[in-house]
Order: sequence, then C-alpha cells, then structure tokens
Amino acid sequence: MAPPAQSQRSPSPSQPSGKSELSDLKLQLRKFAGSRAPGVDDSKRELFKKVISYMTIGIDVSSLFGEMVMCSATSDIVLKKMCYLYVGNYAKVNPDLALLTINFLQRDCHDQDPMIRGLALRSLCSLRVANLVEYLVGPLGSGLKDSNSYVRMVAVIGVLKLYHISASTCIDADFPSMLKHLMLNDSDTQVVANCLSALQEIWSAEASRSEEAPREREALISKPVIYYLLNRIKEFSEWAQCLVLELITKYVPSDSSEIFDIMNLLEDRLQHANGAVVLATVKVFLQLTLSMTDVHQQVYERIKAPLLTLVSSGSPEQSYAVLSHLHLLVMRAPYVFSSDYKHFYCQYNEPSYVKRLKLEMLTAVANESNTYEIVTELCEYAANVDIPIARESIRAVGKIALQQYDVNAIVDRLLQFLEMDKDYVTADALVLVKDLLRKYPQWSHDCIAVVGNISSKNVQEPKAKAALIWMLGEYSQDMQDAPYILESLIENWDEEHSAEVRLHLLTAVMKCFFKRPPETQSALGAALAAGVADFHQDVHDRALFYHRILRYNVSVAERVVNPPKQAVSVFADTQSSEIKDRIFEEFNSLSVLYQKPSYMFIDKEHRGPPEFADELGNLSIGEAEDNVVPSQRVEENDKDLLLTTAEKEETRGSTGHSQQASFGIDDLLGLGMPAVPDAPPSPPQLKLNAKAALDPSTFQQKWRQLPVALSQELSLSPQAIAALTAPQALLRHMQSHSIHCIASGGQSPNFKFFFFAQKYKESSNYLVECIINTSSAKAQVKIKADDQSTSQAFSTLFESALSKFGIP
Amino acid sequence: MISQFFVLSQRGDNIVFRDYRGEVAKGSAEIFFRKVKFWKEDGQEEAPPVFNVDGVNYFHVKVVGLLFVATTRVNVSPSLVLELLQRVARVIKDYLGVLSEDSLRKNFVLVYELLDEVIDFGYVQTTSTEVLKSYVFNEPIVVDAARLQPLGPAAIFMQGTKRMPGTAVTKSVVANEPGGRKREEIFVDIIEKISVTFSSSGYILTSEIDGTIQMKSYLSGNPEIRLALNEDLSIGRGGGSIYDYRSSSGSGAIILDDCNFHESVHLDSFDLDRTLSLVPPDGEFPVMNYRMTQEFKPPFHINCLIEEAGQHKAEVIIKVRAEFPSNINANTVVVQMPLPKYTARANFELEPGAVGQRTDFKEANKKLEWGLKKIVGGSEHTLRAKLTFSQESHANITKEAGPVSMTFTIPMYNVSRLQVKYLQIAKKSSSYNPYRWVRYVTQSNSYVARI
Repeated sequence: MAPPAQSQRSPSPSQPSGKSELSDLKLQLRKFAGSRAPGVDDSKRELFKKVISYMTIGIDVSSLFGEMVMCSATSDIVLKKMCYLYVGNYAKVNPDLALLTINFLQRDCHDQDPMIRGLALRSLCSLRVANLVEYLVGPLGSGLKDSNSYVRMVAVIGVLKLYHISASTCIDADFPSMLKHLMLNDSDTQVVANCLSALQEIWSAEASRSEEAPREREALISKPVIYYLLNRIKEFSEWAQCLVLELITKYVPSDSSEIFDIMNLLEDRLQHANGAVVLATVKVFLQLTLSMTDVHQQVYERIKAPLLTLVSSGSPEQSYAVLSHLHLLVMRAPYVFSSDYKHFYCQYNEPSYVKRLKLEMLTAVANESNTYEIVTELCEYAANVDIPIARESIRAVGKIALQQYDVNAIVDRLLQFLEMDKDYVTADALVLVKDLLRKYPQWSHDCIAVVGNISSKNVQEPKAKAALIWMLGEYSQDMQDAPYILESLIENWDEEHSAEVRLHLLTAVMKCFFKRPPETQSALGAALAAGVADFHQDVHDRALFYHRILRYNVSVAERVVNPPKQAVSVFADTQSSEIKDRIFEEFNSLSVLYQKPSYMFIDKEHRGPPEFADELGNLSIGEAEDNVVPSQRVEENDKDLLLTTAEKEETRGSTGHSQQASFGIDDLLGLGMPAVPDAPPSPPQLKLNAKAALDPSTFQQKWRQLPVALSQELSLSPQAIAALTAPQALLRHMQSHSIHCIASGGQSPNFKFFFFAQKYKESSNYLVECIINTSSAKAQVKIKADDQSTSQAFSTLFESALSKFGIP
Repeated sequence: MISQFFVLSQRGDNIVFRDYRGEVAKGSAEIFFRKVKFWKEDGQEEAPPVFNVDGVNYFHVKVVGLLFVATTRVNVSPSLVLELLQRVARVIKDYLGVLSEDSLRKNFVLVYELLDEVIDFGYVQTTSTEVLKSYVFNEPIVVDAARLQPLGPAAIFMQGTKRMPGTAVTKSVVANEPGGRKREEIFVDIIEKISVTFSSSGYILTSEIDGTIQMKSYLSGNPEIRLALNEDLSIGRGGGSIYDYRSSSGSGAIILDDCNFHESVHLDSFDLDRTLSLVPPDGEFPVMNYRMTQEFKPPFHINCLIEEAGQHKAEVIIKVRAEFPSNINANTVVVQMPLPKYTARANFELEPGAVGQRTDFKEANKKLEWGLKKIVGGSEHTLRAKLTFSQESHANITKEAGPVSMTFTIPMYNVSRLQVKYLQIAKKSSSYNPYRWVRYVTQSNSYVARI
C-alpha cells in the first residue's frame, strides 16, 4: 500500500467537496450566531463538530474564524470547549482576528464556575500571539491566586506558555517567584508538579542569559526543596512522581545515611505498576550509589526482578523501552544477570525490535557456566523462518565465540551452520569463521576442512565472499584446491561487482603464490593484469603496488603481504567507555534506546541546560570560603565532547613532538631562555602570580580557543584521597600554591575542577581541567596555556603542588 | 514533555491530532506514517516503537490496529511516553466503552476534550478516568459492541499486543444503562498469559506465567474493597537460579517471582493474610501484575512427527492433548507450523468425525494452519498432512520446518492456582449488594514445541 500523499486523502464521508461547503457552513453559523432560540445549541454543536473534523483532517477552516467567535457567546460548556479548541488552532495564523476572542476569554476568566475560568485561561494562554501578551498578565496573576486548584493548575502552565511567547514579560511580571512560592506552599500536588515543570523549563532556558538562573536552578535541588517533595511523594500522581524522581537524581546527598534514607523512602516505588515510575526510581538508586561499590551491586540485584516483571507485564512497546534499559545494565554488569539468561530467550511472536535486544543480551551474559545452553538456544533461532533474526542469531553465536576462552563446543556449531545449506546462513557463518580464525588460529585445521567443501558459487554476499577468499589465501597450503578456486574467481573478474571482494582476491592470490608458486603463477599474472586495468582506484593501486614490489624483490613482497600474524586477542570495541558512561548518566531517557548520548540526536536549543553544567551538578566558583557560592557554569561545546578521545591521543602525540622540536632549536641556537625549563630533574623556575585574577567568561573563552598543551594522568597519595572529602579542601590547598580554582563540582568518587594560574608579572595564563577519581586515586589533567612553551614547566609545578595535598 | 499527540488509522489518516507546543512541523503525521510503513525495504521488520527523524522523536503504540503517536524534540523518558500513550488509549476506552476506529471517529470531539485535560502544554496532568469525569462534558456516542467486526487487517496488529478481547467489559464508565440507572457491579479478571517452550523430545525448556488481576468497577460512591488471595502465596524466590524446579514442586505453595501493584492498592495487611485493600478508581486498571516461573502443568501437550515418504513427499503428524479437566474447554485454538520452503501442496486428513476444525496451507509463507473451535479437557486431536515438494529435499526436513506454535484461550481456568478467595465490598447499607464478577482465563502468549 502506498503512503497517502498529503493532498490525496482517503475518501471520508465528512470530506467537503470544496469551497461551497465552507461558505455553506459560514452561512449557517451566521444564522445561529445571535440566536437564543431553544435547541439552537444542539444545532451549533453539530456545526462546530463539522468544523473541527475538517480541521483534524487538515483542511484550512480559518476563514470561519469570525463566525466561530460570534457563535461563542454561549453557556453551553461543550460548545465553548470546541470553540476554544478552534481558536487555539488558528489564532497564531490570524493574529488580528485573535484579538476578537480576547474579550470573551477575559470575561470567562472571571466566570463563577471554576471550570470555565480554567478553560478560558488555558485558551487565552494558548493563543501564541505575541502582541496579545499584555492581556495575559492580569488573568494569569489572579489565576495563580485562585481559590480553585484546577484554575491554579492551569495558570501555572499558563505562565510557562507566556514565557515561551514573551520571556521578558513573564520575568518582568515576577511570575517565576510566584511559582516558587506556590511550589512550596500549595496544597494541591498537581499545582506543585506543574510549578516544578515550569520552573525547570524557565530556568534552564534562562541559564545562558540571566545571572540568577543558575542560582534558581540550584535552589530547586537544594535539600529543603528535595525533602519537601520527597515527603509528599505518594500524594503526587504517578506522572508527577516521575518528575520528582528525576529531580532527585540531580541532588547530592551529604552523606551515606542520607542516601539510605532516600532509598528506604523510595523502596516501594519499585513495585509500582507504571514502568516509568519504576525506571525513574531505578535511576535514583543507581545514581545515588555510584560511589558506593558494594551498595551499587546490591542495587542491581534489587532492581532485577521489578524490571523483568515490567518486561513481561506491559505492551511490547513498553517491554522494548524497559528491555533497552536492562540491556544497558546487562552490559555494565553481565555477571549480575548471568543466571537469568532464560528471560532473554526470544518468543516466536515477539516483534523483531524486541528479539534483537534479547539477542544482544544473550551475547552479553554468556559466560563459562551458561554458554552451552545459550548457544544451543541461538542455534534454534538460526533455523528460524524470520530471516533477519536468524542471521542476527548466527552473529550472536560468533560474538560469544570471540569472547569465550573455551570455544570447543561453539566451533562445532558454527561449522554445522556451514553445512545447513541455506545461503544466508552460510554467508554469515563464513564471516564468523574468518574472525574466529583470526583469534584462534589453532582451529584452522577443523575449520578449513569444512570451508573447503563450500562451493564459491553458492556464496554471493560480498562480505561472505571476501571472508571465503581471505581464508583461501591465508590457508592455501592446507586447502588442496585453493589455487584453482582462486583462479576461477579471477577468471570471472569482470562479473565481480564488489571492490572489496576484488581487493581481497588480489591479496589472497598473492599469499597463495608465496606458498604454492607453480600452481598460482598464471592466476597471479591474470589477477594483476585485471587489477591494473580495474576502474576502481583502490583496486588499481593495490594491483600496481603488488606488481612493482614483486618486480623489486619477491622476498620483500612476501614480508609485506604475508608476514607471520599474531592472533587478535581483542576486537576493537565500537563504543568508547566515555560514551557508554554518558549514556548511563542519561538513564531513563531516549539515549538508552538509541544507544547514543543526547548531544548526538537532540538539537541544541532543545537540549535544556548545558550538558556540561548538568554533569557537574553544582559546579561552584572556587572562592576559598566554606559556603558554596553558586556558580558560573562552564560550558564545554559539542565539539569538545565529540572529540575528547581522539583529541587526547592526538595532543599527546603532538606535544611530545613539539617539545622535542623546541628543545632542539634551543640547543641549536644556544640561547638561554629563562622561562623554558631545564632538564626535568632540576626544580622548575616558573613563578606564578599569587594574586592572579581571571573572570569566568574569559576562562570559558580561552578554554574553547586554546588547544590542549598537555594531558596526563597523575596518581594521588592515599593522604590526598582522604583529605578530598569535598572540593573545597583542594581549592584552598592549590591556592596556597598560587593555582586558583575557577569552578569545581562533583561528588565522591568523581570530582572535577577547573584551575587557572598566571605567570608572575606577565599576563600569560595557564588553564587546567582536573578530574579526580578517588576510588582509583587518579587525576586526569589537561593543561592549556597562552604560552605553549612553558606548559611543561607549569605541569611540573602543578604536579608537585597536587602531590603535597593532604600531607600536613 | 511531548509536543504533539495524534491517532492514525491503519491507512494513515488522522483521526485526532493535537499540537500542544507548536515545536514540531505540521507534516509530522505523514513523515511518521511513511517511516513506519517502509521501515525496511523488504517489509520484514516492524518499526521500533521509538525513532528519531530529523531531530524529532516519534513514539508509537499499536492498539486495536490504531497507531497512538506522540512527538517531542527533547530527551524524555521513553517508558513514560509509551506508558502515557497506552494510558490515553485506556482512558478513551473507558469513556467510549469500545475502542475502535469507528468509535473514535464518532466521538472525536469527546476525545479532544479528554486530550485537553490529560495533557497541557506537553505535560501530563492526569490520566485518571475518575478525575477526568468532572472536567469532561461530552456524552459518548456508544458503538454497539456486537456489531463490531474484527477489523480484517487489524488482526495483524492484534497478534503482537497482549491485550485480550472478550474479558474486558465493553461499557462506558459514564454512559447510563437504557433504564437511566447505572448498574452497580464490579469485574475482577485474573488473566494469565503463559509461555512454554518444549524441546524436540517433549521436555519443558522454559515456562513462565505473566498474570494480571484486572479490575473494572462500576460502583458508585467509591466503596473500599478487599481482595483476598491464596494464603500460601509467597513472593520472591530466594537465592539460586529461578529456574530451579526441584525446590518448588510438591510443596503446593504458590511462589511468585515478583509482582507489582496499582497505586491505589494498600498492602498493609498483605504480608499478614495476603489481602489487598483498595478504593477502586473508575475505569479499567491492573490491580496487580505478577510473574511466575514456578513449574506448572502445561495445559496442552504437543507431539509432532515428520516422516519422509519418498524424495518429493513427506507426512506431518501433529497430536494435541488437552491436559486439563473435562469440565473445562479451550476456545479458538490455532496450531501453526512453518513448512519447508519448497512445499508445493499439502493434503490434510482430520480424524474421523471431527467437528469445528479447519485446515489451511498458507501458500505465501508456507505455513500450515489448523484451527479448532473448541477442545474439551482430556481429549486428544490429531492432524495428518501429506506434503508434496517441488524439489528434492536433500537436507534434514526437521531443520527446514517448525517449530509448532499454538494459540488458545481457556476460560475459567488458571494454571498458577492463584485465586481470589473473596471479594469484599464495604457496605453502605444492608440492601447494598452489587454484582461481583470474578473470572479466570488462561491465554497462550508463546506456546511452542520444537521438532
């Protein structure tokens, strides 16, 4: 079935034939507009219904605006609601006409019936017309003070709507502080929840503009607010509970007894029938216990059963969402779930999106004790009628084989796949056998015997064909027919569409030639000739290269093309651990389903508060005072986030290089530059300004602009770890060494600091990012400097300052 | 926080469309539908419930063949949105009595009214049918349930969902009875979906019960209700693998692996005497969901044999034996089995005197289908199918066919032996005696025998 094009819709009885219908409606509406005759409301209802049904299917009925407004003078609440719906939909495109509605909406805002007051206020705020905002402030103000909770509920969201139409009007009218007051005092929990939603949205949007926004956001996760919400949590609706729980994940408790109190209080939320509540609770538990390894493990055990229940009790869609989270947990702690592997067996009627996840989980939990059962089960799926899942299952067997120490049983199964005589099974199995041989060359004998029986004509998929050819080349000494199979493949060179296969073919025939020259010589000649004539650049280049290196020296060619190989011990993991950690931080969000951190799929303006600030929780300006001054946040741009891993390596390489180079030049010229450090053993001569000053925005700007000059990992002494209970301790210490903190944050075991220092009597700055993990006693240090040549000297100084921390 | 909500028919028509925040372009319904329809070129795979197109996240659930969709640009909790969509469908069903394309189209104004109260500016306000009653004024136009044909192509969507038709009552929570009076009644359904996988030698590889105690109350005045379950019920299997069958068999106790409860449920005396107390809100809701891997007696034993009969022929013999008491019947039983790809024809032979049985060979996907209207407890039924192949079979046929799967419903029977011992309604007056219905039903979820 073709998808419906926008213009052509399926015929429906309510479809108007054209303009005439609309003008007909218009006339009828006019007729009823002023009428107060009995029964007129019923006729109006029918007309309104028609208008709204047109609106739903996408027909523009905005030309009726005037008539609709005229008809809105009614006491019939159903009619009123339909009218509000219509007006809300079209006011934005008809701002002039929208003005007409203000009158009756404002009047309704003072109606006796709270229901009408609420409805009118909601519609008034939904007009989304910028030049009407002046009419909103009054009704909103009284709505927030209304005696009826329904009206207050609507008014709170109304404030948020106003903020989106005109942020300045909203802030100037001081609505946020009214919301704050309501949030902490209202008796109705839905009003409280709406205040919380609205304030979170407003302050994170304001974060980049206003000075007070960060402070206000901080206030939302302060102890009194959190405790106030926690104590009332059961009064909230299940949806509002999710909101509160999400807020709690950002709260940093002061000690472990506080953590346990919160967890005990929330314990029964894990038994909630609503999966969203359970997952939000799980997130709180996981985040709170991150630094308490033992408890964190217990949390995994505790949340296992509720999550598995959610998987089987909900709709397949809900199961999918929960399974994705289980998948994340399984990847982090496979051993916790290794005895539950049967829960991850696929059921024949499950949608493929669920089956795929389960296959990945089976791969992850496989260990010595359950591999046999899991692989047996996976083999059942390989014969499945659902071909994509069958293929996925075969790959899963392969992955398990590659992660196990004892692959005896698995190799047999894989080889059985090759004998199943189904094209797609053979194709996937070949790729797997190839990978397996790269890791376990000792199995070559068994595998080759089976692979040798496969007719290359039955293998069509490029990946599989390439794998087969690779094996033919690699093991040509053990495979009787290898040269001849290769030869026949080369004869059909022109029919081979995949460049990947042709590249492999070239390499394989070379390898074969070194092992069995007389049998292969002619094939090699043909292959090189065909390759040099190939239109594909890579194939052409490779053929030419082989040709020349062979002419130069055959033994050199052999060393290049077919050197002795070391077995691959670990195949590269596709996702860096940094990305995985980020996804874990974003537990209970789309990041987990997409298996990507949010910055990869959410537009910047919808990402809410800057990620970086979020991660740091309460990053605070590093004045050496005990009361934490709420902070100026440092935002790391996306590029930084994306590049961190790659960049690190690059800079490591390049700094080493430039260092050497600059030393070389020094020597060459024989100049003594005072700022340049001497050989490492002698003490650094760099002197720092004890009263250095740098404002946060300059810091931020510089941090973005400067390249990383040095990046290294330092170890911390046990004394230092003991002293680092809170960021402040280190700040004061570093300050005594003229290294100042501009921002700090985090909680045990992860602390993050930004330091800066200035060269004495010069305006040359050093910027430092220092991430300390107290459980591993390591500090990751990144240094940026205005004057790159002195960064090494500064680093030495920084290191010595850090090493003295905690030593009295 | 969501941006838009809409319901699409199977053909992709908007039935209702509500834009809450104006952040996502209007064409989103078309973009969504195209994406779902053509998720993979070969049409073999279903689109996942959540995906992202150009920065817009689309969430959808399928309910009775309709697509309930939400969009957003922010990184929200997926389970919250999916749960919400499911809940919106339930609220609409509470109001309309029957949820179908027809009833939605007839009542779209009411649905808009509900949507306005359920969500404001993308934030959930309430999904409680009870609370909504005071805000919603349209009267539902009730669609006659009996007239409803099972929508043809909708059946595809039905298979995946675990909801069951038939047990839930098709009566609106707000509509009055023809007499103008509401009938005081309460329904408690114990629904158990069972999954069993038999190995080729008939041994049970895995088995699980996913149960729900579903309630639908039409009681006025919100009286408190007490539900008593088996006293020997225990929850959580301490230590060791949960698949350890030895410990549990014979002891007679019912051991749930885990369970969860609706928020209206009070568990104050649950630990003591296994009673749940609650003030049921209006509408349909699960009181308790539970999960059980304790060993139980599978209601059906399946036996399947394939015999080669020459190079182009084979015979399949499927035997199904009902292992439950003879006063119980299973309904709408369907046995299915994929046959080798090269099967050209299948000739069926039913047992002599077979009534209410049908057989079919689905040419397109090479599947054998055997339907039985009714199976009486204790009886055994056999099907023989003679297959003709279009090519010589060289591989082992058992690798090319199967597994046998079975779907069924067994009313008034539950495999877990979990029971509602009594259902007590706090009395308002001595004459107050509402109707109480406690019903049990067992359904297949995934019932598979490998060959």
